[in-house]
Amino acid sequence: MNRNPREPSAVEFGAEFRRFSLDRSKPGKFDEFYGLLQHVHRIPNVDLLVGYADVHGDLLPINNDGNYHKAITTAAPLLRLFLQRKEEADYSAFGTESLTRKKTPAALAAVLLRPDGNRKKPPIIISLPQDFRPVSSIIDVDILPETHRRVRLYKHGQEKPLGFYIRDGSSVRVTPQGLEKVPGIFISRLVPGGLAESTGLLAVNDEVLEVNGIEVAGKSLDQVTDMMIANSHNLIITVKPANQRNNIVRRGGRDASGSSGRSSDSGTSFYMASNAIAMTPSHIIQNFRPEEEEDSEDEEDLVIEGGGAAIPIGHVAASAGVTCSMPSLPRYEPHLNLRTSNGGMAASASMDTVSHKDQDMEVQAVARRSLEEDGTVITL
Amino acid sequence: MMKFRFRRQGNDPQRERIKQELFAFNKTVEHGFPNQPSALAYDPQLQLMAIGTKSGAIKVYGAPGVEFTGLHKDTAAVTQIHFLSGQGRILSLLDDNSLHLWEIGGKEGHSYLEEVRSFSLPGRPGIESTSATRVTVLLLKLNLDLLCVGTEGGGVHFLQLPTFSLLDRSLFHDEVMQSAPEEYKCGKSLGPVEALQEHPQQAEKILIGYSRGLVVLWDLNTRHVDNLFLGKQQLESLVWERSGNTFVSSHSDGGYLVWTVNSSTPCTHQPTTSTIPYGPFPCKAVNKILWRTTETGCVNAAQRTVGGMPRASYGDRHCLTILQDSTHVTLDFTSRVIDFFTVHCIDQEKEYDDPTSLVVLLEEELVVIDLATPGWPTIPSPYLAPLHSSAITCSYHISNVPSKLWERIITAGQSQSANQTHGDWPICGGRSVAPESKQKELLLTGHEDGTVRFWDASGVSLQPLYKLSTANIFQTDCDHNDSLTQAGEEEWPPFRKVGCFDPYSDDPRLGIQKICLCKYSGKLVVAGTAGQVIVMYLSDEKSDHMIDVATVDLLQDREGFTWKGHDRLPPKTGSVVFAPGFQPVVLVQCIPPAAVTAVTLHAEWNLIAFGTSHGFGLFDYHRRAPVLARCTLHPNDSLAMEGPLSRVKSLKKSLRQSFRRIRKSRVSGKKRAVISNPTSKVQEANAQLAEQDAEMAPVQRRIEARSADDSLSGVVRCLCFADTFLRDGTHHGPTMWAGTNSGSVYAYALEVPSQEKFSEQSVEAVLGKEIQLMHRAPVVSIAVLDGRGNPLPEPYEVSRDLAKAPDMQGSHSVLIASEEQFKVFMLPKVSAKTKFKLTAHEGCRVRKVALVTFTSVSSEEYCENGLVCLTNLGDIHVFSVPALRPQVRYDCIRKEDISGIASCVFTKTGQGFYLISPSEYERFSLSARVITEPLCQVDVDRLHDLTVLRYSKLSHCLHLQFEHNEVFSCVIKICSSKYLQARMKLPVLSSPFLESPNSSADLTLDTTGELTVEDVKDFLVYVLHLDTLYVSCGRAVYEGAVNDS
Repeated sequence: MNRNPREPSAVEFGAEFRRFSLDRSKPGKFDEFYGLLQHVHRIPNVDLLVGYADVHGDLLPINNDGNYHKAITTAAPLLRLFLQRKEEADYSAFGTESLTRKKTPAALAAVLLRPDGNRKKPPIIISLPQDFRPVSSIIDVDILPETHRRVRLYKHGQEKPLGFYIRDGSSVRVTPQGLEKVPGIFISRLVPGGLAESTGLLAVNDEVLEVNGIEVAGKSLDQVTDMMIANSHNLIITVKPANQRNNIVRRGGRDASGSSGRSSDSGTSFYMASNAIAMTPSHIIQNFRPEEEEDSEDEEDLVIEGGGAAIPIGHVAASAGVTCSMPSLPRYEPHLNLRTSNGGMAASASMDTVSHKDQDMEVQAVARRSLEEDGTVITL
Repeated sequence: MMKFRFRRQGNDPQRERIKQELFAFNKTVEHGFPNQPSALAYDPQLQLMAIGTKSGAIKVYGAPGVEFTGLHKDTAAVTQIHFLSGQGRILSLLDDNSLHLWEIGGKEGHSYLEEVRSFSLPGRPGIESTSATRVTVLLLKLNLDLLCVGTEGGGVHFLQLPTFSLLDRSLFHDEVMQSAPEEYKCGKSLGPVEALQEHPQQAEKILIGYSRGLVVLWDLNTRHVDNLFLGKQQLESLVWERSGNTFVSSHSDGGYLVWTVNSSTPCTHQPTTSTIPYGPFPCKAVNKILWRTTETGCVNAAQRTVGGMPRASYGDRHCLTILQDSTHVTLDFTSRVIDFFTVHCIDQEKEYDDPTSLVVLLEEELVVIDLATPGWPTIPSPYLAPLHSSAITCSYHISNVPSKLWERIITAGQSQSANQTHGDWPICGGRSVAPESKQKELLLTGHEDGTVRFWDASGVSLQPLYKLSTANIFQTDCDHNDSLTQAGEEEWPPFRKVGCFDPYSDDPRLGIQKICLCKYSGKLVVAGTAGQVIVMYLSDEKSDHMIDVATVDLLQDREGFTWKGHDRLPPKTGSVVFAPGFQPVVLVQCIPPAAVTAVTLHAEWNLIAFGTSHGFGLFDYHRRAPVLARCTLHPNDSLAMEGPLSRVKSLKKSLRQSFRRIRKSRVSGKKRAVISNPTSKVQEANAQLAEQDAEMAPVQRRIEARSADDSLSGVVRCLCFADTFLRDGTHHGPTMWAGTNSGSVYAYALEVPSQEKFSEQSVEAVLGKEIQLMHRAPVVSIAVLDGRGNPLPEPYEVSRDLAKAPDMQGSHSVLIASEEQFKVFMLPKVSAKTKFKLTAHEGCRVRKVALVTFTSVSSEEYCENGLVCLTNLGDIHVFSVPALRPQVRYDCIRKEDISGIASCVFTKTGQGFYLISPSEYERFSLSARVITEPLCQVDVDRLHDLTVLRYSKLSHCLHLQFEHNEVFSCVIKICSSKYLQARMKLPVLSSPFLESPNSSADLTLDTTGELTVEDVKDFLVYVLHLDTLYVSCGRAVYEGAVNDS
C-alpha cells in the first residue's frame, strides 16, 4: 500500500512517506488502524485526519469502521492514504473533484502541500459531515396549507443570535362575513448574520401565525415576543411568507392541485409539469436524528454539584403527572437542501389564498400517507 | 401541530364540581381612602356618611363594617351628594350637570346600593349657551318632596321628588329684583345662586344667597320675598342659626356676617355683626361656614369656618377654624379640605345643636374631631385608613396571627396614639351582618419614609394597629422633632397640626423594600433602599440601648466594580430610646448599599438571608456574625453598579424614540393644513420623508434568547430556608436557597448548631447545588415541598404543634417558579419532575406567585394546595401542586395597571390585595370559602318604594311643556297584556303641587286581582313624565310606554 502521510511542519514541506501492508480480508477496526498509523509515523499523541483517494480520485475521509472498510475494499490494490494534523487540516481538500484532475501522487501532494504563502485567500473550512447539525428546517409540510411555512430554528446554545424582529400589523382574512382586516404579527427585520437570515426561511413582512403550535391571533406584540423568547432554544414559527413564490409544492400532481384549492381540471396539468421537473427525492437530506430532537425539546437545566462538575439534568423517566411531556415529532423531518436550485418552478403557488385553507386541510388528510413515504422537496 | 397545544384536562364532571367548590373569583371590598374624593354628605337620621369621588364612585359608610359602593355609569366627578334623610336615598350631582338618585335596597337580608333614577339638566360644562342652567347648589327640603336647584344663571328651579319632575315655578332674578331697592339694582346682575338654606322652623321659607351678596328669604307658597338682606361682599355660603332668628353668611374676603331676621323690616341693609377673623390684611375666602349652638355659656357658641387665612402668609395652607367663645383653634391640614359636617342633635324639640363631633373630609384623609371632649382631640377612624400617608413601597401579609402576638401589637399601638381619644365613633348607622372572621390577619405596609404600618386585615374595614419607624436609628439630614410642631402660646393664628398624611420623605434611602415577620417569635426583618437590613424583636417594655451594626460586603473583592449610587445610611451612635413595640436588635448593612431585593428569616435557626442586585448574604443575628456572602454579579454587568438613579440612562433611548414618533405624527398631521401653500413644498417633502421614516421604524420587538450577560442579571429575586434533603436522600438538614434574575439558583447546606450551643458554635454554609435554568428567566420564587407534595411548614409550627410535621420519609422536591415557567425538581438529585411553561403557552410572564391552601366550601376537611400566579397581563392562574396542572384562570387587574400588578400580595388562604390607587387596596378572593366582603343591613323607612319604578330616562323633561292637561291627554300603551294579574303594589307619588283632578294624597294600591288599563291610566297620572313605565308584578316587571305627544 502506498501511504502518503503528511507531517506539515514549519521546517519543511517534507512529506513523509510510509508504505505498509494490511490483510484485506481482515482489516480490523478503525481504531486499531488509526493506532497503527500513529505507530508507524511515531506520532502517538497527534490527532490525525485520515483520508484516502477513491477510485474516482476523490479525497474521502476515513474516520469510522464503515468508511475504513469501504476504503480497504476499494484498494486496487494500492490504497493511498493521506494524513493531516487535525488542527491544521485543510478540509476543503475533501470532496469530489478534489483529486480528479490531478490524479498523480505528485499532484495530490501539491494540493495538500500548498505553501501557505501561495494561497490567495484562506480556504473556507467545512466540517466533516457528521459534525454538521441542523440549524433550521421546514417541518410539517404535509399538514400545513401550502401558503404557510413552519420553520424550526435550532438554537443549541450556540452564540449566533436568532436575529429577527417582529412588529404589529394587519392582514386581510377571508371570513364567512367576507374580507376582514385583522391585526397580525409580522417579521419586521432580520439581523444580518443572524440565524433567521442565514437560513433563508424567514423574510421581512412574513406574517407570524403560530409560535410552537400556539396561534398568535388575539395576542399582543409583547405576548408574542415573550412566547418566542420563551421558546427560543427550539423555536417553531409558522409563517405565511410575504413572498408566496417560493412555497413548497408537494409531490404528486393530483394532491398538489387539490391542496392548492383550485379546481382540479384547470390546475392539474400545470402542477404535474412543474412537479415533474422539480421533484427528485435525492434532494432530501434526512440528517436529523429523532433522539436529538427529544433532547432539544426539553431544555436541560444545568446542575453544578457543590465543588463538582456540571451535569445536565436528565428527565425523570415516566414520572407520574407530567403535564408538559410531549409526544415526539413525526420522524418526517426534511431539511432544506441549499444546493438545489430549482427556481421558478412553483410560480403558481402564489395564487393560493388563505380562503382555501380549510379545504386544504381536508385534502391533505387524505394525501398525507403517500406524502410521508415520498418525502418533500424544497425549492428556493 | 397539536402536540404543542395546551393539553386540555378531560372535562371530568367530578373534578369540575370540586373545582367549583374550591375556586371562585370575587373582588370583595376596597380598603383605604378613596382616591380623589370630591363630595361629602351625612344623614343624621340613619347616621350614614357618603363620599363621592372624581371618578364617579359613591361610597357610603356607617358603623365599622357597613359599607356600600356605587359607581355612576359615566365617569364624571361627583360634585355634590345629599341624603334624603332617613329614606336611605342619596342624590348625587355630577360634573356633567346630571342628577342621580341612589337607593339602599335590601336583598336576602343584605343591603346594597343601586342607582334608580337620573335626571339631566341641559347645562354641560364648557358650553356657554347652557351654562345658565348649570347647577351650583342643591337644597333638599326637610320633608323630602322638593328639590330646589340653584343655577349659574341665577335661577332657582324646583323639582318634585323622587320623580325629578320639574315644576313650573322657577324663580328668576327679575322676580327677586322687583322687591330690591333701586339703589341696589344699579343694572348689575345678581350672579349665580351660591347658597340655598331652608328655614329651620318654617318649612315654606328658603334663604337664597346670590354671588353678588344679596340674600333673599323667599316664601315658596305665596311666591313672595319676605326679607331682603343687601350684602355687598361676594357671598360664599349661608347657614341658619337653629332658632331661625339669625343666619350667618361667609364671604370671599375672609369674613363672615351675622344677620338678624326681622319680619317687620323687609329690607335689611346692615348685618348685626361683621367679623374678619384673620384681618385686617387681605384674607382668603371663607368657603363654608357652619353655626352650631351649645348651652355652655354664650348663646352663640361654636362657629366653624374654612379658609379665611391671611392670603400673603398662609395662602397655601389648608385650614379650618373652630371658634367657641374664647376658644379659637385653627386646624392645619396637609391636604385640601373637600367638605365637612358636624354630628349634632337633630331633635327639633331641643334648644341647642350640641355638636358632638366634627367630620372633615380632606383630599387625602378623613379627620374626625371630638367636640365633646375638652381640647378637641381627634377620634381614630375605624375605616378610610390613609394607607398612603407616605407612599407605599411594599406590602406583606400574615394569615392566622396567634392571639398572643396580636394582643402585644395592639398594646404597642395603643401607647402610640396618646393624642387620640377612644371615644365612640360618631358615624354608626346600619349594622354589619358579616360573620366575625375566625382568623386574625395582619397586613404590613412598608413606606417611603421608612415606616412599617401594621393593619388589621381580618375584616372589611382595614384598621391601623401599630406604626413602626426605622428612621430613628439613622442619622438623617432633618431629624424631625414633633415638639416643634406644637405651636407656642402666642402664635397667631393658633395652628394645630391635624392628620397624618405626609407625602414628603426625609430621605429616600429610608424607604422600606422588603418585610418578613415570624408570627410565633415576634421577630421582624425590615430591609430598605440603602441596603439596610434591620432585625427587630417585639418588646413590651421601653428600652434604651445601642444597636449592633454589621456590614456585609456582597462584592467579595470582585475587581473592576465601583458603586456609583447612594451612600449607606449612617447609623446613630450611642444608645437610642425605643418605645414598647418592635425594637431593633441588629442592623446589617450591605456593601454596596443597593436596595434590598429579597429577604427571609428563620427565627428557629436565628438566621436571616438578604439579597441585593449584587449578591446575597446570610447572617446569624444571635451571634451577630455574618455566615456567608456571595456575589452573583456577572462580569459584564455594568448597570448593576450604577445605582438606581442612572437607570434613567437605559430609558433614554426608548424615550428618545417615542419622542421622535410623536414629533413625526405631528408633522404628518400638519401636512394637510399646509398643503395649499405653494411655498411649503419642501415642508411637505420633509413631512413625507418623516412619515416614511416613521413607517420604517415601527414598534418592533427583538426576538433573542436571553444571554448570560444581560444587565442586572445578578439581582437576587428570592430567598428561602428549608429543612430538606440537599446532599443525599437519607439526611435532611437546614438549607438556604437563592434565585437570581438570570435563572440561577444557589442552594446551600447549613450547619446550624442546636439551641443550646448557639452561642458557642457558629453556623456554617456549604454550597450544595447550583442550578442554571436554561431559559435564564428571573427566578420569582422557590419553595420546598415535602414527600406528600405539601409546602414545608413555617419555623416553629412543628415544634409548637401548630402544624402537622412534614413528611420526611418520602422524597422532597423543590418548586422553582421563574418568570416564564414553573418546574418541580426532585431532591436531592435535582432532576426535573413536572413543569409548566406558562410563557411559551400563553405569552404572559409571571409577576407574583404564592402557595395557597384552598378549602372546599362543602367541607372544611377537604383542601388542596395551589400555586397562585399573577401575570404581567393582570390575570390570575391557579395550578395544582405538585402536578402543576392548570386549574382556573381569572382576569383580575388591567394589564396597563403596572403599579397594581406590582403591589399584589396573596394570603395563604386564597385572598389577595392590590393597589387600585395610591391610597386604596382592592381585596379579592380566589377561594370559594374564604371571602371577606361587606355584608350589612340598613333599616330604612320609605313611604314610596321606587324599586317598582326602576330606572327611567328622564333627560328630556325640561323640554316638555308642563301643562297638566296635555299630559292627561297622552296616549297610554301598556304592554300587550290588558290585565296584569297579581298582587300589585303601585307607588303613587305625593304631589301637592300637582293641580290635577285626580291628585290626592299618598295612595297605595294594594289589591289582589285584576288591574285594568284604566287603573294603569290613573297610575300614570302620577308618574307623569316617564316615557317608559315599569310595573312590577310579583317578580316580573312589565314594561309599558307612555307617549307624550
